[in-house]
Amino acid sequence: MAARNWIFAVAVAVAVFLSLSTFSSAQDLQIVNAERRIDLSSHIVKAFLTLKVENIGKDPAADMLLAFPPTQIKNLAMVQALAVMGKKKKKTYLPLDVKPTEQPDAPNDAGYFLVSFATPLGPGETVTLEVLYILTHSLEPFPVEITQSESQLVYYHDSAVVLSPYHVKQQTTFFKTPSTRVESFTSVEPANRAGKEIKYGPYEDRAPYSYAPVIVHFENNSPFAVVEELVREIEISHWGSLQITENYRLTHGGARHKGVFSRVEYQSRRSITGSSSFNALLAVLPPRVNSVYYRDDIGNISTSHLRTGFKKSELEFEPRYPLFGGWRATFVIGYRVPLEDYLFEAPDGRRYLNFTFGCPLVETIVNKLTLKVGLVVLPEGSKDPSAVLPFTVNQDLQVKYSYLDIVGRTVVVLQKDNVVPTHNVPFQVYYTFKPIYMLAEPLMLVSAFFFVFVTSLAYVHIDLNIVKK
Amino acid sequence: MAANGSPKPEPMAAKKASPDLLNSSFSFKSLKLKTKQQELLLRVSILGLVYVLAFIARLFSVLRYESMIHEFDPYFNYRTTLFLTEKGFYEFWNWFDSESWYPLGRIIGGTLYPGLMVTAALIYWTLRFLRFFVHIREVCVLTAPFFASNTTLVAYFFGKEIWDTGAGLVAAALIAICPGYISRSVAGSYDNEAVAIFALLLTFYLFVKAVKTGSLSWALGSAFGYFYMVSAWGGYVFIINLVPLYVLVLLITGRYSMRLYVAYNCMYILGMLLAMQIRFVGFQHVQSGEHMAAMGVFLLMQVFYFLDWVKHQLNDTKLFQTFLRITVTSAILVGGIALGVGTASGYISPWTGRFYSLLDPTYAKDHIPIIASVSEHQPTAWSSFMFDYHILLFLFPAGLYFCFKRLSDATIFIVMYGLTSLYFAGVMVRLILVATPAVCLISAIAVSATVKNLTSLLRTKQKVPQTGSAKGVGSSKSSSKVTLDQSQPFHKNGAIALLVGVFYLLSRYAIHCTWVTSEAYSSPSIVLAARGAHGNRIIFDDYREAYYWLRQNTPTDAKVMSWWDYGYQITAMGNRTVIVDNNTWNNTHIATVGRAMSSYEDEAYDIMRSLDVNYVLVVFGGVTGYSSDDINKFLWMVRIGGGVYPVIKEPDYLVNGEFRVDKGASPKMLNCLMYKLCYYRFGELVTEYGKPTGYDRARGVEIGNKDIKLEHLEEAYTTSNWIVRIYRVKPPTNRL
Repeated sequence: MAARNWIFAVAVAVAVFLSLSTFSSAQDLQIVNAERRIDLSSHIVKAFLTLKVENIGKDPAADMLLAFPPTQIKNLAMVQALAVMGKKKKKTYLPLDVKPTEQPDAPNDAGYFLVSFATPLGPGETVTLEVLYILTHSLEPFPVEITQSESQLVYYHDSAVVLSPYHVKQQTTFFKTPSTRVESFTSVEPANRAGKEIKYGPYEDRAPYSYAPVIVHFENNSPFAVVEELVREIEISHWGSLQITENYRLTHGGARHKGVFSRVEYQSRRSITGSSSFNALLAVLPPRVNSVYYRDDIGNISTSHLRTGFKKSELEFEPRYPLFGGWRATFVIGYRVPLEDYLFEAPDGRRYLNFTFGCPLVETIVNKLTLKVGLVVLPEGSKDPSAVLPFTVNQDLQVKYSYLDIVGRTVVVLQKDNVVPTHNVPFQVYYTFKPIYMLAEPLMLVSAFFFVFVTSLAYVHIDLNIVKK
Repeated sequence: MAANGSPKPEPMAAKKASPDLLNSSFSFKSLKLKTKQQELLLRVSILGLVYVLAFIARLFSVLRYESMIHEFDPYFNYRTTLFLTEKGFYEFWNWFDSESWYPLGRIIGGTLYPGLMVTAALIYWTLRFLRFFVHIREVCVLTAPFFASNTTLVAYFFGKEIWDTGAGLVAAALIAICPGYISRSVAGSYDNEAVAIFALLLTFYLFVKAVKTGSLSWALGSAFGYFYMVSAWGGYVFIINLVPLYVLVLLITGRYSMRLYVAYNCMYILGMLLAMQIRFVGFQHVQSGEHMAAMGVFLLMQVFYFLDWVKHQLNDTKLFQTFLRITVTSAILVGGIALGVGTASGYISPWTGRFYSLLDPTYAKDHIPIIASVSEHQPTAWSSFMFDYHILLFLFPAGLYFCFKRLSDATIFIVMYGLTSLYFAGVMVRLILVATPAVCLISAIAVSATVKNLTSLLRTKQKVPQTGSAKGVGSSKSSSKVTLDQSQPFHKNGAIALLVGVFYLLSRYAIHCTWVTSEAYSSPSIVLAARGAHGNRIIFDDYREAYYWLRQNTPTDAKVMSWWDYGYQITAMGNRTVIVDNNTWNNTHIATVGRAMSSYEDEAYDIMRSLDVNYVLVVFGGVTGYSSDDINKFLWMVRIGGGVYPVIKEPDYLVNGEFRVDKGASPKMLNCLMYKLCYYRFGELVTEYGKPTGYDRARGVEIGNKDIKLEHLEEAYTTSNWIVRIYRVKPPTNRL
């Protein structure tokens, strides 16, 4: 892998210089100063990029491009941009619209995001942008397999300079590692390391699409908790509660465990063995949560603690066994929250559910998240349910059968890959609802009992004997 | 039907109704009808309450733990039920399971009693049809309590049939909470016995009813009851032997009648044909020694009928006597020859070991260690009789007395059922279950008859003072006259005292049953619970931890070797292939595993390689003090292994006939595979404060071999309390 990335990076660099002249349209902007801080302390790589952008063209620019190498684009979970307004003490941040875009003549499959400025940038004007992007699955364990007593070392591949379609006048990049143990890092002068920080730069006047591949090899024992698949089912009951069921398929995404698992080592020398493993997880649940359960295919798991609070509840739980590299665990967490906290009536008379998207587990990557919002109303009562989210997801409608259902319940299915904790933002599902349908099931039960009693009454009074007694 | 109850007033109802009688004795006629209605209402509501009680008393396990399947065999039943509901009946019937008994596999459809699974699946499908989307696990967990409730209804009707409605009600109440039955029917105890006791009692009830009425329809019902029993449990052999025995007794005591002839013939022939539809039973009804008694009695019935007919035709008694002698001799001769030829030619299989061990309690110990090794196959201790029956143990003889006092076809049956099943209960602990309904019924007769006698005594007494009260003191003469006759005041007080005593005993029984159910019989045995130092509850969930680890973190085709006790659980919860499991059909295979466990590591390695074993699982209680672990079971492994492979000798593992694991243990013991796997790196651990390292808390000794090196195996996983330890079998090293 490492070698391949190297070759690729060189190729990118070569290609960039060859195709320089073709990108004249993007040359209206230039980046005066770029500062990048990449946080490598957990397995979710967070990069904070501060760009000072200047319009050197003649026309006002409405938007600018952010470029990412193809190795990163597929692991990119989220890109956010803020425009910094005002001077030092009166700084305000204005969120900007960021959306993925295609460039017809992108060199070497580089991916792009288009950032639209709040107001078009006039000629000669500058603006400061704060860009946050989050990468998942970007720390590559090396060695690939470790024993219980070894700690986990990982590679991180990036470029010492910011990949950008614009000319960058000055730039610096910082890598923050979780511990002081750094095995090696590629040196692109000037580059130096101090404590937990590796600094690349400052570099002056880099041409568009400059690329300087670097590899950082360092120790990272943070829990590599990866949820391979998460299915969250939210069931709205208009009788007063919201039932949430979350099906997890969790795995340890770090270096694979090799050889022996020794319990005696694990319990007596906890500080030095199994340092990359984890056995406790924390889920942040809504406040006023009740009827919480934590179980798996074969029954209840007794190792969990719930702390309820006014702002949030915390469920601290342990899988049945500690997770070492490559080990898996599947489990279900379910809970109930009062309906009035999450269901509201829109001005147009429709109801809407306002709930949090994403995974409640802290510091976890979710490879594939499926959110099912089941509406406990009959379909004729809930025409065209629609979901509103701040980012794009796949949407689908299903029908589910539950207790005493004859026509089934409408289920809105939302699907998203590569979800990180920053995706835990509210979303809304709108639907129409007639309260009369709440009575359907009780009435059904009542009529069923009525029928039973009537038949038994009739049976007692009917004489089926052929011969009169 | 409850509507056409007995004409006699029922004791409990009568007691309730008595105030009415006292207050308003003027309109007797209109009240009589009302009493009957009241009685019916009371009876139905008591039955309803008993029905509910039987169900909820069994829910302690769900409250204490969770809604889960218990023990060992239920896990297999659960797994097969799951398969049945997912794949349908024909797939289930033809299921060849390659996940157990590797490399032999097991034909599931042909080697199990499908009654339980089909019942649960039917309940499941019905509920789904009614739009109750329950999980199949919940259905399985609650099947046993549900059938226990149904059993109380059958007990009521049975009691009504052999004695009266009062006895029926008492029987229903007694059986609803009897610990002997609860032990096998708590929620989660998803085993064959759960439905089989219902089927057993139903068959008996219908048969008794058929004998009593001589009606074909009841006999037909009893044949179907028998079919259900055959489909549910191997214990049907008890029915097919008890019923002929009963018929034989009736014949000998001169109670032969046309009713008996109709009932038995219909039940036997139809029941046999129906039972043959169960693949696991097949042609055993005509080919196996255990079923021959029924056939013999069937033939005897025909001879009896024939003789009856001849007797009717011949008026000459002398001629008939000679004819009788000739016929009986020739019939016995023909029967004997047929049996002899059948047995000699191998057409009729001899009795199985299990059957022998029932008749002779010492047989299994000497010949079949695999049966003797199971704790529930041990002879019953007196304490467990007391524990499971409580006051029924004293009421049983009293009930027998009442039965003999009012002998009828029905009471003869219940007496025979009670006596034979009690004998079997003495032979094997688990057969207490079979005896429980009989004990409850006979005790119910005792209770009902006693209470009825006492209350009737009281009531006649109450009437005398009432009629005499108007006369006041003047009646003293008449009362003294009565005293002379029957010593009435003493009688009255005595009756009240006895009644109070009876109710005290019954309430003690109820308290005892509740206590036993909540404390002793509601543990799922998968999850262990203990009290901590501060009185808090500590849960050891190591079994599921290990099984789930296997399920998630081993290759899907991995083969796990363990002692057979854990086989069903590993396949059901761990979803991995096992070498042997609780269906102990192949003794040699189990002996091979026993041999591997009791050999040195390199010998065991060869055996494990030949069986493609990837993981070895052992259960070890040394850290927690859990005593039913593999070290304590180890001698059985040696015995079973040694039974097939004479290389394994029990004395090698003993020192002066004593089983030890400390320094004084035999060298073979200290180095055999089981010892090594259980105690690997245990010597480094301090288990108890103030004790040396490697102190085994289950056996209370310091282990003898603390420096264990493993060559061909490596520790793959050990659970948090060390109860389950899993080892990986290393691939062979390259030859140089």
